[in-house]
Amino acid sequence: MTGGGFWTMGGYAAYVWPAYAVTTLALIALLLGALRGLRQAERELATLEGSRARRRAPSASAAGDLA
Amino acid sequence: MHRFANPARFLRIITAILPWSAGASAALLPLGLYFALIGSPPDYQQGDSVRIMYVHVPAAWMALAVYSVMAASGAVALVWRHPVAELVAQAAAPIGAVFTAMCLITGSLWGQPMWGTWWVWDARLTSVLVLLFLYLGYIALVNAFDDPTRGARAGAVLALVGLVNLPIIKFSVDWWNTLHQPASVARLGGPSIDPQMLLPLFTMAGGFAAFFVTVLILRVRAELLRRKLRVLRLAQAQG
Repeated sequence: MTGGGFWTMGGYAAYVWPAYAVTTLALIALLLGALRGLRQAERELATLEGSRARRRAPSASAAGDLA
Repeated sequence: MHRFANPARFLRIITAILPWSAGASAALLPLGLYFALIGSPPDYQQGDSVRIMYVHVPAAWMALAVYSVMAASGAVALVWRHPVAELVAQAAAPIGAVFTAMCLITGSLWGQPMWGTWWVWDARLTSVLVLLFLYLGYIALVNAFDDPTRGARAGAVLALVGLVNLPIIKFSVDWWNTLHQPASVARLGGPSIDPQMLLPLFTMAGGFAAFFVTVLILRVRAELLRRKLRVLRLAQAQG
């Protein structure tokens, strides 16, 4: 650090801090976006597989009635 | 290579890698941030503005590395028709685009105090801007087809053609007169940067790389699930 201290960044605070802010926000956005996409896919798959299981159950009993 | 083509095995491998890459990013990024902002000296000419380098340069390295990953996976998908390679290429593209944008924005924030301008249309800056457009074009092209396989193939061709831009970016500072400084780390005769500055640079770069692997794995897993969803829905629609 040059004399000015941590927050002033030796007079370059207006450039250094935005650069680090942009980087941090971009990384957080990447991570959250990836996690959200994964959760959403997992949820949709669970719903679909649930509805398939529900539909298979009554049709199985119907087949049983026929037999 | 073919051993990884099986999606189930591939999923097992990336699931095993995930805690390590996540742990490495969680350790390296804060450490890199500490070295970059507190634990390293200001430059004798640039003062504290040199600290922008510790995010700008790793972002630039990642922009190029991710593009190489994307193009290589695209090539594997084209030649051997490996569906997993297709997924990796598509999952990598948005991450690469973010790193490229990050490189351009932090570079601009460094250029203003050091060069007196936010932007110049010189070879290095322009070729990196072209890289950003290649990423965006790839994403748009892949999603422009109803058939995901056709989209992936078209995208892979674009990614491979765009590969020509990588050496242009790397050597632009030698081939043309530019405002951008020449290579100072990966150059003949070793780095010309002080070791005190290499430490934050490499720690941050390692953190970025581990972070990329982590996000890539999460995105690939999501994409694998989406493929499964599509197959199930198709089966359902056909009764």
